[in-house]
Amino acid sequence: MSEPKVIIRGLRKEFVTAKREVVALDGIDLELAENEFVCLVGTSGCGKSTLLSIVAGLQEATAGEVLVDGVPVDGPGRDRGVVFQAYTLFPWLTARENVEFALRDEHLSRRERRERAAEQLALVGLSGFMEAYPNQLSGGMKQRVAIARALSYRPTVLLMDEPFGALDALTRKMMQELLTRVWEAHRLTVLFVTHDVEEAVFLSDRVVVMTNRPGVVKDEVAIELPRPRKYELVASDAFAEPKLRVLESIREESLKAVAV
Amino acid sequence: MRPAESAGAAHVSERELDTVNATTAAGLRPSPAPAAPGLRRPRRRRPRMLRLRGKMSVPQFLAVAGLVFAGLLIVWQVVTASGMVDPLFLPSPTAVWDRLSQLSGEGTLWDDIGISTYRILVGFLIATAIAVPLGVLMGVYRIWEAALEPVVDFIRYMPVVAFVPLSIIWVGTDDTQKFLIIFIGTFFQQVLMIMDNTKRIPQDFIDVGRTLGMPDRRILRRIVVPSAAPGIWDSMRITLGWAWTYLTLAELVAATSGLGYRITVGQRFFQTDLIIGYIIVLGVLGLITDQLMKLVGRRLFGWAEAR
Repeated sequence: MSEPKVIIRGLRKEFVTAKREVVALDGIDLELAENEFVCLVGTSGCGKSTLLSIVAGLQEATAGEVLVDGVPVDGPGRDRGVVFQAYTLFPWLTARENVEFALRDEHLSRRERRERAAEQLALVGLSGFMEAYPNQLSGGMKQRVAIARALSYRPTVLLMDEPFGALDALTRKMMQELLTRVWEAHRLTVLFVTHDVEEAVFLSDRVVVMTNRPGVVKDEVAIELPRPRKYELVASDAFAEPKLRVLESIREESLKAVAV
Repeated sequence: MRPAESAGAAHVSERELDTVNATTAAGLRPSPAPAAPGLRRPRRRRPRMLRLRGKMSVPQFLAVAGLVFAGLLIVWQVVTASGMVDPLFLPSPTAVWDRLSQLSGEGTLWDDIGISTYRILVGFLIATAIAVPLGVLMGVYRIWEAALEPVVDFIRYMPVVAFVPLSIIWVGTDDTQKFLIIFIGTFFQQVLMIMDNTKRIPQDFIDVGRTLGMPDRRILRRIVVPSAAPGIWDSMRITLGWAWTYLTLAELVAATSGLGYRITVGQRFFQTDLIIGYIIVLGVLGLITDQLMKLVGRRLFGWAEAR
């Protein structure tokens, strides 16, 4: 295959707190192929969000490097879109304006911006809520707008940090399907952080399991389930097998954490 | 739709709720009732407004508030009419009203309100115009915070009253001195409050700007300032209330016009009706400006309120 889209090499991250030094990541090596959907799973506090944040350029690594298209990352950039766990829509802007906000630097005319925003919101099924303010939208809708915003400026990598973590179980399932649908229609490289194993297996091409502090890559499970994927998939035998593998891998980590 | 989706802990809280319901239901229900059914009178439920965290309609709320005001007025009237207190110390409400009407008719009251409002506006606007940019910068740049926060905090604890003699020596007794006192009284509080307002905006908002490739100055202008604006407006509203106090103080000590000045005149001639009347006017003016600020705030930042 061709060059990997994203290369993470020997990544290390230390935090210095008032009392001690914490090694959050200890030598992470990971590659993401072009248009690959990779989920990063691990128990809470394993440093998976930190890893994502470093790839986004929002935090600096203590050692090691991240390359996107062969170029080292030295800060945030429009080649990478980010969807956060918390709701990050600007409450003073409507859904449409929130998307347009991301398009200011695109050298588009006002009309083109408007059209692009409308198109992105249609993609996540929110054509009817273009002029709604965030406080008029449900949690799931807010995250859909956030996805539309992150995709609107055509990044080639999408970074998602537990974007459905705050949603209830039913909405969560809907969002997973929606994301799968969007991604299957408009491929790009995705790095998705979650602690929900079922979510990880359902969404991704490959699940990467991380160990507890210090975080390192413990296991990788290729998910060779057919696409397009529909929600019934989670009830199938084919789904159960990789899910079990990931679960067992994480369980070991959880047990270790409890034993300490 | 929202409550169901918003909380990640939705299931937990629901479950908790169920247990709570179960226990309270068990606790309230009389255990296999020994009493004859006829003897137990059904308990009347208390009106909603008397229950813990009970709701109340707006008219009900206003009615209760109005009654308390009316009650105070009646007590005042009764006390003065009964002759218990020398009217020199506490004139009757009607005497106060008459005095205010007289001064209003002569135009004195309106002139005083006019000049005092003008002083408040100028002093407050100068303070705000400097406090907002500084407070925002202190809220996002540690170096600005390090440079100014300790100093401002230090000055903030100095009693404003003590600056009055100094201010007179510095700038005399004209309007500038009133502006100065209002400035000293509000600026240092404002700066810290606005810094806090700015600090309270979510880091994720700033991070969104960074992932969009926006330079810091644009993040500041297009994300930080609008995010902090409702909080800043609220801080302005609160400090504007304090500004009335400092204005009065400045006018009491050295002025030849304004509400505070008129009160000193009243003192000279033992016109307690005037003094009380003017104190009430000051209260009403404070209330009006506060409500105005609230109204404008709601207009400007309607998006910040939960619907």
